[in-house]
Amino acid sequence: MTAPVYNFAYLDEQTKRMIRRAILKAIAIPGYQVPFASREMPMPYGWGTGGVQVTAAILGPQDVLKVIDQGSDDTTNAVSIRKFFTRTAGVRTTTATLEATVIQTRHRVPEAALSADQVLVYQVPIPEPLRFLEPRETETRRMHALSEYGLMHVKLYEDIARHGHIATAYAYPVQVASRYVMDPSPIPKFDNPKLSNCPALQLFGAGREKRIYAIPPYTRVTSLDFDDHPFEPYRHDASCELCAATDSYLDEVITDDQGNRMFVCSDTDYCEHRRALGHGPIAATQKEPADG
Amino acid sequence: MYVAVKGGERAIDNAHALLADRRRGDRDVPAISLDQIDHQLALGVDRVMCEGSLYDRELAALAIKQARGDMIEAIFLLRAYRTTLPRFGASESINTGAMDIRRRISATFKDLPGGQVLGPTFDYTHRLLDHTLTSDSDIAPAATAPADQATFRSVADLLAGSGLIEGQAEASGEVGDLTREPLSFPAGRDLRLQNLARGDEGFLLALAYSTQRGFGRNHPFAGEIRYGEVEVEFFAEDAGFAVPLGAIALTECQMVNQFTGSATQAPRFTRGYGISFGQNERKSMAMALVDRALRAKELGEETGSPAQDEEFVLSHSDNVQATGFVEHLKLPHYVDFQAELGLLRKLQAEFFERQAQSGTPKEAIMQDAAE
Repeated sequence: MTAPVYNFAYLDEQTKRMIRRAILKAIAIPGYQVPFASREMPMPYGWGTGGVQVTAAILGPQDVLKVIDQGSDDTTNAVSIRKFFTRTAGVRTTTATLEATVIQTRHRVPEAALSADQVLVYQVPIPEPLRFLEPRETETRRMHALSEYGLMHVKLYEDIARHGHIATAYAYPVQVASRYVMDPSPIPKFDNPKLSNCPALQLFGAGREKRIYAIPPYTRVTSLDFDDHPFEPYRHDASCELCAATDSYLDEVITDDQGNRMFVCSDTDYCEHRRALGHGPIAATQKEPADG
Repeated sequence: MYVAVKGGERAIDNAHALLADRRRGDRDVPAISLDQIDHQLALGVDRVMCEGSLYDRELAALAIKQARGDMIEAIFLLRAYRTTLPRFGASESINTGAMDIRRRISATFKDLPGGQVLGPTFDYTHRLLDHTLTSDSDIAPAATAPADQATFRSVADLLAGSGLIEGQAEASGEVGDLTREPLSFPAGRDLRLQNLARGDEGFLLALAYSTQRGFGRNHPFAGEIRYGEVEVEFFAEDAGFAVPLGAIALTECQMVNQFTGSATQAPRFTRGYGISFGQNERKSMAMALVDRALRAKELGEETGSPAQDEEFVLSHSDNVQATGFVEHLKLPHYVDFQAELGLLRKLQAEFFERQAQSGTPKEAIMQDAAE
């Protein structure tokens, strides 16, 4: 037994070529899920193997990589994936959104506007937006082929009939370039508008389900809605208690066992950046009461 | 007061160091060797090789040790290594008819050419804890006899001669490889069998059991189960002929199933096929039952049971995929949770507002919900 030697960014070049072909096809057909021969990665399925394979396939030695999970660079899995690429590719990593050329993310789109020389790679658990309406892949592929999205609209309509709102708070379905209905991955619907007309290339990798899809730069992405029930992004009605941001997506943090809580930016880099620019915390008196 | 947390990296490193420490355990207890695992936990090694899809006893033993005996974790380790290996091609079809038999039994014939060979088996042992094994007791070597030169023809082949059973499916060109191509449906039988051979033993066992209890019953008989070594050959382009690569241990199960016939086909027996690395009869038998259940549509039988549903079975048989996705729920989900929380608060506020308008006090509603 000899210790194995791994290629740059872990995957062998043949595999990278195969993934790149899938990525090119995905870019050519925006929102279409391209099957690809997903490999077994040294981290578990469901922990970002799709995103990791996409990142490994596009990463070059000059790239600067940022990895976030829930908007944060310091969550355990983001740390683990960043470490993986530091070890296998030796690329420079960063936590600053603006410095990164490749950003791998789980469940968030960074708050800072992305630019044309950046690529955003999403980790996707279930790529099929119709999956929970129709469990069969054979059936959902047919529905996509025929643009048969009535079932999804019925689901959204039923939500409105029952709850008065569309009861989907994350992984809110979108339509890409007026054709394919696509799962934006489990980002909060707050992030949905950022997908549209984005200068950066957006790639989505689902390892366990063996699918890659893409939103090319400057592509129109619309969140599904109705004329009389237009799509509304949701955010807590509060501002960040560390940087006072009123436009960022907020995490709720429980601060003691009396049920007191505070709101802070989910995007840690955005929050740090603002604090470095001198934005301070807001007065404690503005906190919401605990039983609100 | 909350401050944004840093230090995930150190926490992870420390957790891994603690894992290494716990894996080693009490330093006064000698470390277990790979040889010990290979020889004395041989069936565990067999299972890890089979579901890990890599025939290498030493690496499988290492994986078991590294995984602290967690079999699915060990299978995962082996798979993750396997996927980095270069692929030279596919071997010639193995000939299990020429197997060096260690065990061979048939439940359909009392005696048959070659005879019933029991071999090393738990069958017929009384499951009484054997306290002599708590220490290193002397075990006398097993009795041996000169090897029988008999060829052990497969029971299905014996039946085929009389036209009572369907023929062996013809090999049709290149065999698919679901580790190199994504699985799509409907899947050919080659891919189905590959998927089942890599599939989780427990999952296949439960599905096979469900067919016996009436969810897709297919009247099986264990036509034959054989375990032993088989030579693997590889066709070398340069040499122009097949060269032997070595021998691997396999367990093969041929199920013989009733088939009452259809408008166009005469009643006859049909086949279900199972195979696994090493000695694993439970897995091979379960696989054979599920393989046959998945053929229900092809044979024009009534379908609708879980074991007959190709997409259901093949999409959920892989324990490395399954454990990854189930366990990923451990990862932070607070962004989605916050989004749900926001929605829930809104829906609740509206609900209570409606109730207030109709005059029901909030406490009474909460009480109802709690009951």
